[in-house]
Amino acid sequence: MKNENKIKSVSYAKWGYIFILPFFLSYAIFSLIPLADTIRNSFYEYYAFGLKTVGPNWTGLSNYTSLLSSDLPKYAWNTFVMWILGFVPQIVISLILASWFTDARLKLRGKQFFKVVIYLPNLIMASAFAMLFFALFSNAGPVNSILLRMGVVGEAIRFMESTLGARTLVGLMNFLMWFGNTTIMLMAAIMGINPSIFEAAELDGCTHTQKFFKITLPQIKPLLTYTLITSLIGGLQMFDVPQILTGGKGAPDRTTMTLIMYLNKHLQAKNYGIAGALSVFLFIISAILCWFVFKMNTDSDPDGSKSAAKRAKKGGKA
Amino acid sequence: MTKKRILSLALASVMALGLLSGCGSSPGGSDVAPGVEGKILNIYVWNEEFQGKFNENYPEVDRLSDDKSVAYLKDGTEVHWIINPTQDGVYQQKLDEALLKQNRVSADERVDMFLVEADYALKYIDPEADVAMPISQLGITETDIANQYQYTLEAMTTPDGEIRGLSYQATPGMLVYRRSIAKAVLGSDDPDTVAAAVADWDKFYETAEQMKAAGYYMYSGRSDTYRVYSNNVSSPWVENDKTVVVDPNMMNWVERSMEDTLEGINHKVPGQWTDEWNKDMGPDSKVFCFFLPAWGLDVCIAPNVKDTAASQDWAACPSPQSFFWGGTWLVAAQGTDNPEHVKDIMLKMTADRDILRTLAVNYGEMSNDQPLMEELAQSPDFGIELLGGQNYLGVLSEVAANIDLSNISSYDQGCVEEFQNTFGDYFNGVITLDKAKNNFEMSITERYPWLVGGGVIWP
Repeated sequence: MKNENKIKSVSYAKWGYIFILPFFLSYAIFSLIPLADTIRNSFYEYYAFGLKTVGPNWTGLSNYTSLLSSDLPKYAWNTFVMWILGFVPQIVISLILASWFTDARLKLRGKQFFKVVIYLPNLIMASAFAMLFFALFSNAGPVNSILLRMGVVGEAIRFMESTLGARTLVGLMNFLMWFGNTTIMLMAAIMGINPSIFEAAELDGCTHTQKFFKITLPQIKPLLTYTLITSLIGGLQMFDVPQILTGGKGAPDRTTMTLIMYLNKHLQAKNYGIAGALSVFLFIISAILCWFVFKMNTDSDPDGSKSAAKRAKKGGKA
Repeated sequence: MTKKRILSLALASVMALGLLSGCGSSPGGSDVAPGVEGKILNIYVWNEEFQGKFNENYPEVDRLSDDKSVAYLKDGTEVHWIINPTQDGVYQQKLDEALLKQNRVSADERVDMFLVEADYALKYIDPEADVAMPISQLGITETDIANQYQYTLEAMTTPDGEIRGLSYQATPGMLVYRRSIAKAVLGSDDPDTVAAAVADWDKFYETAEQMKAAGYYMYSGRSDTYRVYSNNVSSPWVENDKTVVVDPNMMNWVERSMEDTLEGINHKVPGQWTDEWNKDMGPDSKVFCFFLPAWGLDVCIAPNVKDTAASQDWAACPSPQSFFWGGTWLVAAQGTDNPEHVKDIMLKMTADRDILRTLAVNYGEMSNDQPLMEELAQSPDFGIELLGGQNYLGVLSEVAANIDLSNISSYDQGCVEEFQNTFGDYFNGVITLDKAKNNFEMSITERYPWLVGGGVIWP
């Protein structure tokens, strides 16, 4: 009797847990514990003093208050501006390219080739890309010598020494690196639209522009939002491009200093307290943004029928 | 998201590489037994300058690995070089990490020797930090180093009376100018004539006006004159590890640099070691002079004019105000498993007259042997090709004898970098002087967190 019972209660569920255990273990070791440690450090005065270490001494929220009184908002603004400078052209160009590449009527040749080419900049390491731009646009670099030789400018343009120049270069690089990736994502979204909708529209005499604005755009809206938010999270972590381009200085006058570059400055000084507090700020902002993505991905009303019903109800009442 | 994924991939591959390279090192790294030397000698450096001089001149070097990264000594010991750039404190960061785990790693992985510059030497030779071994402990006596320039020893002497580092060079500064431009503007390229034309700052700026009128630039950029001012300050950068004191002479530099930038006396080059700076030393440049120590001839100018019309178009004369720049000291790391090798390298490279003579003749180096330098200064045979055969040692001997390192501090590198960076925006016309001062206060406390409460005192 006893034996029979035992056999009956054998559960295979434990194998499931065992198989997913490695992930949770490595997640705990490499992500969760460091995360908790970062939060803990943010409440301490803890930095390297030459070869010695000061702290950790409990200081409560003083790291947070000193950060809030620093130029943190300015660095957040810089990050945002440089992200916008890259994102706007990126989404516009990507939309145009994606709708061209997927248009059955436009018989573009060499589509595959172009898809590869526009994706290529993404394969180069960001730091190498920034080094390249640094060399190209330096005061004595090739871009300036071409402009000088063609007589476009009388004197070399000092790109990195003006806020506009440096920020534009960062935006340009982010655009070049990411528009291929976005194009391919948008193409996937457009190809997911039922072709019969386009056919019906064409039969009704719909123009190209109308097709794009009235059918394509509304249909890919969820993916556009997804691209926006993920790009925003990526933009929040902008680091390597401006870091390498300005040699970590965020020149001129710290107008290209991003949040992570600022974090890096504290990490270089081994100032774990302030760096921890800054990381917590970033964590909170990222968490809010991630919440939006999560909300979107678990949409309870994917085809808009519920909200339409709601509107209709409201309309009926009014 | 994709960004994140790529980053994690990159990190993973770095880790994998790390694991692989870990396999390469021999597992037989046992702990130090007295008298038995380790098989691997690790030397921390920031560029390939000393490595090259070592490989070519240290008599025990048997052969090099194919990529020249490892030198095999005759007794089979491998010399490994760990190179990290000075800029942004990267070298110090990596060296700190290595020194702090010195006691926890196997003997073959320990730092055996590291090099330091005047800008941060004090941080490492501090007896309290206890990372640098006194040379007396290695068995180097005062008679071994009797010929070295006194200042190179004084700078490395700690309050406990011990010397913790030796240098192979003396680094007094001089004014290195282009003969062709001197001929065109001053009528003569003779060092004495030019020396008279730049005898003091007033004369220097009279000449600068002439250069400007003739379409030349007097010097390359504000960083070039920085050392001339920063070496002539009256106190160290930081007081009691608490308060930053900006010397009046530093503000003189700011004022003068701004004027020169606006007037077009300098070529507006934003910093040293940049592409533009190198081009200014090249054959097609209109820049008249550079402020350099002897090592600058071989390290800075020579690579830019090699095999060009300007390869011998240079000469040297005294600077309007004396200065020094740099200086590399060899330091034995506490906890080394190769004390005998380290001792021998330090002695051979910094006190062996034959090697020091070779360094002077082949590299234009001002070697750390006062009698030898004085002898060479008189010798008609000693001339540097780059300088058109000029014997520049006469220019430097007097300056070398008077170098005073009493105002250096362990903060110098940070202050040099941050001061030049923040005021760079001011010279470029992006911000006001007050904003630049603010930015400096902010940057310096970011770099040295313990200075937060102390404030910055401006003259």
